[in-house]
Amino acid sequence: MFIAPEFQQLRDRIAAGGPDAVERALARGRLDLDDLAALLSPAAGPFLAEMAQRSARLTRQRFGNVIQLYAPLYLSSFCINRCAYCGFSAGNAMPRRVLSFEEAEAEAMILHRRGFSHILLVSGEAPAKAGVEYLEALALRLRDKFAAISIEVQPLETAEYARLFAAGITAVAIYQETYDQTVYDQVHRAGKKRDFVYRLATPERAARAGMREVGIGALLGLSDWRAEGLAMGHHLAYLRKAFWRTGLTVSFPRIRPAKGEFAPLMPVSERDLTQLIFALRIFDPDLGLYLSTREEARYRDGMLGLGPTRYSAGSCTVPGGYGDSAASGAQFEIGDQRTIDEVSRAIRAKGLDPVRKDWDAIFQQHEQGRRQAA
Amino acid sequence: MLTIAGKTFRSRLFTGTGKFSSPRVMKEALLASGSEMVTVALRRVDLHDPADDIMAVLDRDRFFFLPNTAGARNAAEAVRLAKLARASGGGNWVKLEVTPDPRTLLPDPVETLAATEELVKAGFVVLPYMNADPILALRLQDAGAAAVMPLGSPIGTNQGVLTRFQVAIIIEQARVPVVVDAGIGAPSHAAEAMEMGADAVLVNTAIAVAGDPVRMAQAFAKAVEAGREAYEAGLGARRTEAEASSPQTGLDFLR
Ligand code: SF4
Repeated sequence: MFIAPEFQQLRDRIAAGGPDAVERALARGRLDLDDLAALLSPAAGPFLAEMAQRSARLTRQRFGNVIQLYAPLYLSSFCINRCAYCGFSAGNAMPRRVLSFEEAEAEAMILHRRGFSHILLVSGEAPAKAGVEYLEALALRLRDKFAAISIEVQPLETAEYARLFAAGITAVAIYQETYDQTVYDQVHRAGKKRDFVYRLATPERAARAGMREVGIGALLGLSDWRAEGLAMGHHLAYLRKAFWRTGLTVSFPRIRPAKGEFAPLMPVSERDLTQLIFALRIFDPDLGLYLSTREEARYRDGMLGLGPTRYSAGSCTVPGGYGDSAASGAQFEIGDQRTIDEVSRAIRAKGLDPVRKDWDAIFQQHEQGRRQAA
Repeated sequence: MLTIAGKTFRSRLFTGTGKFSSPRVMKEALLASGSEMVTVALRRVDLHDPADDIMAVLDRDRFFFLPNTAGARNAAEAVRLAKLARASGGGNWVKLEVTPDPRTLLPDPVETLAATEELVKAGFVVLPYMNADPILALRLQDAGAAAVMPLGSPIGTNQGVLTRFQVAIIIEQARVPVVVDAGIGAPSHAAEAMEMGADAVLVNTAIAVAGDPVRMAQAFAKAVEAGREAYEAGLGARRTEAEASSPQTGLDFLR
């Protein structure tokens, strides 16, 4: 099981690096965790353009000139946890709802008509409202219309993930939010999520269940982003070794200073975010990297081709929000309001191909057949 | 120090007993190599017989014997050999070799995996000799191999680490020690494998057939040490391509 390194040690390790450590890291073909620490250090700040170049080259080499598009589908805003930074937090007075199967399907069909074939099912953590049975039944209804279905919901058990995999869900995103346990304990005030270790082992459970892809992430703005980056490096290295069949992805949700009510505890600037993305790309060139609509259009366009490989577009973070634009109760504010067509145009303008389908459910049906045969 | 299945080795040079001109030359060369792990072909020696010409000259306190299944053409033969050896006191370590093609002596990946699974279940410490195929290396580790032994080039060719690209991937992904086996024809080849991060190399022919096997054994010992030392010291990597000194990538969009 993955054990998170002590956060302060990570910070010290990063602080120890100077410009020569950065140069050494940039000169190496394969980077180790010390190199990652160097690229995350303040000493790497002046090397940002060089890191960009390396990151862009690796991204092109491994992924080609393509950007995968996906859209989140918010299913439920109920949550049993109290997370200080989140709009869905159990303490917040707000209109809440969970979509019925019909409502969820209607929302999904809107995304389908917009051309999405990858959807990410998102919900607050309330198993009684949107539990495994709910997700399984919904996936079975959606699987014919979508090439790939991912989930970002409460942590589940291995057997539950296996069940969802059989129903057509191929990827699981589960963010630790912060690898700094002190801050973790502060901001997660109540609910099951208070269990740091259980959450930390969730990517492993998903991988063990056979999920094709597992995503990790830190909510940027809670603690020292540099050390979060190094902690993620440790986590990724562990997962790579232990679950070599599983594809890995990282997301970079950033708490925006000006928006929402929760002010970041340790603000992360655009430059910081950029350094973090480049460092992880250079550390592990095969990572799928997400850049969501939390970030503004200007930034997302600027980053095209430099590292991130997956973009959401036209996102709405309110359950039922695609069909009813008046629906209220969003999880967070959107920074890039453009439609999928506008985002696609911006991607093409950079000489990249916006890919809406890059997976087919047939793989999985085959796999199920094999499992049954075995 | 190198640890395989709980056993530690000071020397990262593994050797073999084949192809020497005499047991006496073999003994001197192996002593000179500093090696602590010596592989012996089960079909060649009688591990149990103190009068066996090879076993008689080698000190069992000094050398750890790793019986190999050379000559096995499929999993069933290899498993049978290993079990027979164990039954006659050969211990439970085995270097698994399954080579159906007598011409190239390249290892059969399918049979090697099957034999590894079976031998691990039977309680053996299995070190499979394999082609430098990273996925196979992972599958063998999943099956419980205690180390993996990818080839540098086909056995007896002395070509060095022709598989370096794949060996590098195997090393990067490894959860157990990686021992580069076969094809190491010169000390520089051994040093190269060690610089790449291999945990050990196995050298037999290049020492056995050298003009002076004793001096060649010493040369390999130094090369292995030098390579390991360089790896641990952290090599300054060769640049994969010339990176422009004034990068063009625009970051003007950043705020
Ligand atoms: S972050 Fe997740 S668990 Fe926490 S309140 Fe929001 S929806 Fe619930």
